[in-house]
Amino acid sequence: MDRRTLLKGLAGVGSLAATGGVSMPALSQNAAARTLRFVPQANLANFDPIWGTQYVVRNAAALVWDTLYGVDATLQPQRQMVESEEVTDDGLTWTFRLRPGLKFHDGEPVRSKDVVASIARWSVRDPMGLMIKAIQQELTAVDDKTFKLVLKAPYPKLLYALGKNNTPIAFIMPERIAQTDPFKQITDYVGSGPMKFAKAEWVPGAKAVFEKFTDYVPRQEKASWLAGGKQILIDRLEWVVIPDPATAAAALQNGEVDWWESPITDLVPVLKSNRNINVDIADPLGNVGSFRMNHLYPPFNDVRARRAVLMAMSQEDYMRALVGDDTSLWKELPGFFTPGTPLYSEAGGEILKGKRDLDAAKKLLAESGYSGQPVTCLVAQDQPITKAQGDVTADLLKKLGMNVDFVATDWGTVGSRRAVKTPPGQGGWSMFHTWHAGADCINPAPYNAIRANGDKAWFGWPSSEAVEKDVVAWFDAKNLDEEKAAINNLNKAALDDVVYAPTGFFLGYTAWRKNVAGVTKGPLPFFWGVSKTA
Amino acid sequence: MVSYILRRILSTLPVMAIVALFVFSLLYIAPGDPAVVIAGDQASPADVERIRQSLGLDRPFLVQFGSWLWHILHGDLGTSIFTSLPVSKLIAQRIEPTLSLMVLTLLLTILIAVPLGVVAAWKAGSWIDRTIMAFAVFGFSLPVFVVGYMLAYVFALKFEWLPVQGYTPLAEGFWPWLQNLILPSVALGCVYIALIARITRASMLEVLQQDYIRTARAKGLGMPSILFVHALKNAAVPIVTVIGIGIALLIGGAVVTESVFAIPGLGRLTIDAILRRDYPVIQGIVLLFSFLYVIVNLMVDVIYTLVDPRIRY
Repeated sequence: MDRRTLLKGLAGVGSLAATGGVSMPALSQNAAARTLRFVPQANLANFDPIWGTQYVVRNAAALVWDTLYGVDATLQPQRQMVESEEVTDDGLTWTFRLRPGLKFHDGEPVRSKDVVASIARWSVRDPMGLMIKAIQQELTAVDDKTFKLVLKAPYPKLLYALGKNNTPIAFIMPERIAQTDPFKQITDYVGSGPMKFAKAEWVPGAKAVFEKFTDYVPRQEKASWLAGGKQILIDRLEWVVIPDPATAAAALQNGEVDWWESPITDLVPVLKSNRNINVDIADPLGNVGSFRMNHLYPPFNDVRARRAVLMAMSQEDYMRALVGDDTSLWKELPGFFTPGTPLYSEAGGEILKGKRDLDAAKKLLAESGYSGQPVTCLVAQDQPITKAQGDVTADLLKKLGMNVDFVATDWGTVGSRRAVKTPPGQGGWSMFHTWHAGADCINPAPYNAIRANGDKAWFGWPSSEAVEKDVVAWFDAKNLDEEKAAINNLNKAALDDVVYAPTGFFLGYTAWRKNVAGVTKGPLPFFWGVSKTA
Repeated sequence: MVSYILRRILSTLPVMAIVALFVFSLLYIAPGDPAVVIAGDQASPADVERIRQSLGLDRPFLVQFGSWLWHILHGDLGTSIFTSLPVSKLIAQRIEPTLSLMVLTLLLTILIAVPLGVVAAWKAGSWIDRTIMAFAVFGFSLPVFVVGYMLAYVFALKFEWLPVQGYTPLAEGFWPWLQNLILPSVALGCVYIALIARITRASMLEVLQQDYIRTARAKGLGMPSILFVHALKNAAVPIVTVIGIGIALLIGGAVVTESVFAIPGLGRLTIDAILRRDYPVIQGIVLLFSFLYVIVNLMVDVIYTLVDPRIRY
C-alpha cells in the first residue's frame, strides 16, 4: 500500500462518519454557528500584504483592509471605498471622494491622508503602482474626504490598478501604518475592512482569527468578488492551518472544520461522495502551468532550441501528470492568457496544437547547434505542481536527445537559484518549473512572466522587442477592441520568441460542509455573504 | 555529585557554542534566500536586495554571527524574519504541545514497554515472548505517519471517539487536552515501545541468569518481586540509556506526528522555518533542542547513580 492509497483510504472512511463528534469544541450551538472554521491553502506566516506578496496573505488581508475600488466577477473595477471620481478631459487629473461612514477598527475615520500614504507605500512594490509613480506629478489630500492624483501622462488602467485582486493589492491603511518603509513589515494590523484581525490569538503556522467589525458599513450593491456589499454573516472566522491533506479531509468530514480552501484532486472523489460536503471549482480563472528556459545561455539562448521544446511537448502529458484524468479540470493552452476571459487568444498557437512532431523538433534542435551540453533542470520536489511538471519535462528532454542535469530540490532553493545569472554549470540553471494564477494572466498588467524586457524581465530574462511593443500597445489601448488586437499580437510574438513554455490550464476545487452557505467562485475565498447553520 | 552536576551544566556552554557556530555556518552556506521568498514572484532583483539589506542578510558572515551571538548572550533569540514576532514568543507558543506530546509518549512508552520486555524475558522462548517480539518488529517497521493514519481511521473517523487534529491547552481542561494527544502519542510511541521492550528483554535475560536471582528464587520470593524489584533494577542501566536516547529521537518523531495530527508544536514550527529559510527561528529551535539533549544526557547520568550505587562520579 503506498502513501497515496493510504490517504484515500483514510479519507474514504470519513464518508461513513456522521457530522459532529467528540472533536467539536465546547461551544454552544449558536456560538458554533457564528464561528466559521476555514482551512487556508497555506500558513499565514506574516500579515503585511504590501511587504509579503503570498496569496494567503492577500486573502487574509482582504478581510481586514478595504480598497478604493474592487474588481468584480466581470473583471471590471467598481467603486468600493470611493463614492465618486472625476477625471479631466486630458486624463491627467483625477479627483476622488471617499464614501461616508468609513471607519478604521480603532474607531478613527478613514481620511484622505490615509489613502495618500497607503497608495504611496503600495506604489513602491506593485508593478502597476510603479508605472503610476513614474508618471505621477502630485498625490495630495484635498480635505478629509477628497484626494487628488495628477499625472504627467494619461494612464487608462488607473482604476483597474487601484482595484485589482493581484498581489500586492492597493489596501488602505491608517497613515501611521502606511508610513512604514514598504520593505519593512508592519506590526499593527488595523484596517477598515469588514473583519478585524485578532492579533493576540494569532499563532503563525497554526491559527489566525478574524472577528466581525460591527462598525463596517457595506455598500448597497450585491457583492461580487472585491466589489459590492461585503456583508459579514458570521461573528468569528478561524483559519486553521492543517498541512497534511488527508488530515484536512478527515477534519472536514468529521465536522472539525467547515471549509477547506484547496483540497488535492486525489481526495476530491472521497469528499464528493460524502453527503455532508459540497465540492465545486474554486476559481474559474484557474492556473497556468509553465516552465521557463534561460535565454542567456546555451542551449536556450537560441530561439530554435526553445521552439524545438515547444514543438515536442505535449500539454496533455503535463496536465494528466499534474491534475489527472478528470478532463473537466484542465485544458490545453496554445497561448499565455487565461481561457474564458475577454483577452484570451490563441494567435500564433499552432506550435502547441495537434500531433507532436518529435523528429522535426530534433532536427530544429540540431540546427540550433545543441551538442550535448547538460541542461540544468531545477525541479522543486516539495510542490506537487512543479514536481509533476519536472518529471514530464525530464522525459521530454531525454526524448529530444538532451543531456538532462535533473536538480531535485525544494521550492526555497529554486526561488533563490533561479535568480542566479551565472551559466548553468556555475550555479545557474537552464530551466525551472512554476505556475501562475489565472487571475494574474488575464492581461499584461499583473503578468510579469509575459514580459520580455531582457535584464528587467522575469527569471530567464527573455528579450523581445515585439513582445514589449505589444505590451505597451495594450497599456495604451482605449477600448476592448484595441486591447484584443494588442493581445493577439502579443500572444503570437511571445510564442514566436518562446518567452516561456505554457504547460496547460488547470482548475482546482474547494470543499465545504453543507451547513455553510454563500460560498462563491473567485480568485480568492470571499467570506462576505457566507453563513453557517449549527 | 553536586559538583559533578555543576561541572556538567557548565560543560554545556562550549557544546552550545559549537552547536551555535555550526548551525549558523550551515544556514549561511545553505541554498535559499528568505528575501526572495518574502519579495514574491513579482519582485525585481533590486527589491530583493533591499529586503535583504533590511533584514541585515547582506552583512559579512562574522558580523552577522557576532550580532546574533551578542543577542543570544543577552537572552534575545532574535526576531522571526517572516512573522516579525520574537523567536522566544514563537517557541513559547509552541512548546506546550510538543512537551505534552513528548511527556505523554514517554509515559506511555515506559508503562507499556518495560513490563512487556520484562514479561518477554521471563517467558523467553514461549509464545508470549514470540508474540511480544513480533509486536516489537511490527512497531519498528511501521512509519509513524502510517500508524497515525491507521489510528485516525479507526478511532477518529470510524468510531468518532477522538478528534482527528488539533491541540487543546492543558489550561482548558485535562480531558480536552488528553483527547487531542491520545492518538498522536500512541502513533509516536509505537516505535519506542518496540525499541525499549526489546532492550528491556535483552537486558533482563542477562540478569535473570545471575546467581543472585537463583538465590532469590531459593528464598521463596514471588516472581513479581524477583522480576520488578531485584532483576529490573540491575537491568536498568541500559534501559535508562535507551530511554534517554529515545527522548532525543522523540523530537524527530514529533515533527512527523505534529504534521499528521496538525498539532501546533515545535516540530511544525521547525519545518515551516526551514522551508521558508527563517534563519533566526531555525537557530533558536536548534539551540533549544541542543540544550534539551544535553540536559537529558545529564539526567540519564544522574539516574545511573540512583539505579546502580556502584557508579560514582
